[in-house]
This record gives sequence, structure tokens and C-alpha cells, in this order.
Amino acid sequence: MDSTITTGAEEENVWGGGNRPLGASYGKLMMWFFIVSDALTFSGFLASYGFSRFKFIETWPIADQVFTHVPFIHGNFPMYYVAFMTFVLIMSSVTMVLAVDAGHKMMKNKAILYMFLTIIGGAIFVGSQAWEWATFIKGDYGALETKGGRILQFVKADTGERAALADFAKVIPGDRSVHDYNDGVWFYGEGSLPSYTVNEVTEGFLADPNILIRTETITEEGEKTLLTREESLTKIKDAQLVVEGANLIRNEYGSRLFADFFFFITGFHGFHVFSGVVINVIIFFNIILGTYERRGHYEMVEKVGLYWHFVDLVWVFVFTFFYLV
Amino acid sequence: MSHEHKLAIFRGTVKFKSNTQKIWGVLIFLTIVTTIEVALGITKPHILVANTFIGMKILNWVFIILTLVKAYYIAWDFMHLRDEKSSLRRAIVWTPIFLVSYLIFILLFEADYIYNVFKDGFIEWNF
Repeated sequence: MDSTITTGAEEENVWGGGNRPLGASYGKLMMWFFIVSDALTFSGFLASYGFSRFKFIETWPIADQVFTHVPFIHGNFPMYYVAFMTFVLIMSSVTMVLAVDAGHKMMKNKAILYMFLTIIGGAIFVGSQAWEWATFIKGDYGALETKGGRILQFVKADTGERAALADFAKVIPGDRSVHDYNDGVWFYGEGSLPSYTVNEVTEGFLADPNILIRTETITEEGEKTLLTREESLTKIKDAQLVVEGANLIRNEYGSRLFADFFFFITGFHGFHVFSGVVINVIIFFNIILGTYERRGHYEMVEKVGLYWHFVDLVWVFVFTFFYLV
Repeated sequence: MSHEHKLAIFRGTVKFKSNTQKIWGVLIFLTIVTTIEVALGITKPHILVANTFIGMKILNWVFIILTLVKAYYIAWDFMHLRDEKSSLRRAIVWTPIFLVSYLIFILLFEADYIYNVFKDGFIEWNF
């Protein structure tokens, strides 16, 4: 191997190992390689989100009308909670840098403290995301789906606020019950039935002149189209299904792909945060046990730190493309 | 592992005394940028929404640029790319930038084409 080197100097062994042309250790380089490839995976997700969104640019759900909740408080607070989550993650990134910095200076106790704070930040974030998912899946107003798979939402004409199905739907006694799998010829059950049938919602709608339909189409002003009462009366005839909350097949917020991308992108990111927390916990205990003290350097903290910052970096993009744009 | 830290940000306009101080400085900057983003997202100023640039609202361009600014400071200061050799930095940064720009260009162009087919191509889907 060495015979191919033409630079002359015998002590400079280019391919024999031992030198670091990029000034970084093997482990750190490999972490960077992983981060670059993972960044490409996330970019693939976000770019395909962009694809679907540009394809349905006139009917895509508006994020501030979907994510309006803050835990323990009722009311309409678009974005505030996601902004808080972003801040928590950036903050835990900061404590991670401080842990790396303390590691460089071989200050064991400081590194322990900062690692602990980082783990807490990560746990708060994952918990918030779980809550966000639960709220999203549960839904709040309910909607109808038309034959073409489009979503019809309801708005109160006098206040302009959203109307929940429970606000106006009539309860009609009927014998439609959940089809359990031991009742049928086919061994299929079904998921839970929506709270109301299409018929109940339609009857309630016809009886209450204060309810208008809002369609998916976005107007020039960037708002969803609100139909007049006459248009609404025609539109409701297209209704086929009652949709409450969200799943991978349909959701009450609008385009079906919206919920799919929400679950995939924030889920993939949340899984990264979760793995990050697990890895941080391992490193945390290693520091306590003095593994790095004996090894003579805290490079492991730095490598894990790189991953943790990367998770934060991805969230910055998810936040922009999912919640802001 | 005794890296030299470069302690100036904003092209040398702001200098810090220690690495710890720089991190807090960057945190304050990132928080300000996030606050601006959220404020714009909630108020949606009319001038930024009404006008478009290359088919996208100015407001969305503002969001994307602010995001890239945030990404820069996270990568440069938190992931301390600022302190790495320029060859490593370039290998890490330009590879994704090249590939992702290409992917975004292809996908968004194609999406816009499909949008037009759905709109003008005798296909009824919004019913």
C-alpha cells in the first residue's frame, strides 16, 4: 500500500491511519455522517409534504385553525403551545452545549447537572407532543365528509365561531349499534361509531338556521370559504359520513393527507427525541459512574450532543413547515 | 480535546468572553427570532399576505428565511461547526443543501403541474 505514496516523506503515512485530515475523531465523523443521512430522510418527508400541499394548495387545512389548544386552558390559542415546545427544545439544546462545555473542562458535577436538565427538557417535549397527538386524534368540533372525500365544517352564523356537532345535531332514536365481530357472518368488527349519524346531523342542521357550512376551499383572503344558508342547504345533501377527530384514513380538519403527514413527520421526529432522551440517560449514568473521567475525555457527551442538537434543528424546520407556513 | 472556540458571531460584530456566554447569547437571539415568527404567524400582517414572490406569499418567504437563520446558528454554535475545519464543514453543509434543493425543485414543480391538471384537466375531485 505504501508504495503508491509519492509525496516522499516516510514519517507521513497517509493511508496507514493515525492522521486526521478533517481534525475530528472517527466517532465524531461517523456521528456527522449519520446526521447528514438522517437530515436527508427528514428532507424527503418535508419535501413530500410540500408536494402534497402544492398539489392541493387551494384546499389545504390552515394550521392555526387546527392547533388551537393549550393544556388545562379552554379557548382559542393558535400556535402558543407549539411555540412553547420549540422554546423547551432549544433550551434543552442550550443545557446540552453547557454539558459538553463542562465535559471539555473535566467538570464532572456540572456535566451531570446539565445532562439532567437536558433530559428533563426532552421529556417535557415528548410529553407535550403526546398531548398534541391526543388532542389532534380526539378532535373537537366534528365534521361531515362528502361523497368526494371533502370535509364540511360548521360555523355559527351570528358569532362566526365554529359549531360542534353536539351543538345542533338532533338525537333520533334508532337501532344502529356497533357491529361486534361475534354478531356477524363475517368475522369483522368495526371501530367505535361516531356520536351522531349523518341523518341526525342533517336534521339538526335543517332545524337550526344559525348554522352555516364551511368548505375546504381557501379564498383570496386566505380564509376558508363560508357558504350562505342556501348554498349550505344544497351542500349538505352531499354528506356521506360523520368524521370526528383524526386517523390515518380521514380527519375532520380537511385533506386526508394532512393528518397522514402530521402523524408521520411529527411521529418520526418524536421518535428521534425519545431515542435522544434514552441515549442521554445512558450518558448521564456513565458520567455519574465516572466512565469518562477514567477515559480521560468527555467526547462521548459531545457526540450525543451533536445528535441532540440535530433533533432540535429538525424541529425548527418541522415547526416552520407544519405550523407556520 | 482542547478546541479553540471562536467567540464572535454576526461576522465579528458581537464578541463574547467565553463559550458559555456565547451560548446564552445565541439562545437569546434564537428566542427573539422564534418570537417574531410566532407573532407574525398570529397577526398575519396584510402587506405580507397580500403580496407574493415567485408564487408564494411574502410572509412564507419570511418564515423560511428566518428558519434558515435559526438553522445556521444551531449548526454553527450549538453543533460547533464554527470551530471545525472548513473542509469538514463544507462536506457536511453543502451535500444536503445540493441534494435537498434539487429534491424540492423537482417535487414542487411536479406538484404545481398536478395542481393545474386537477384544476383545468376535466377532472372533478372537489365535490
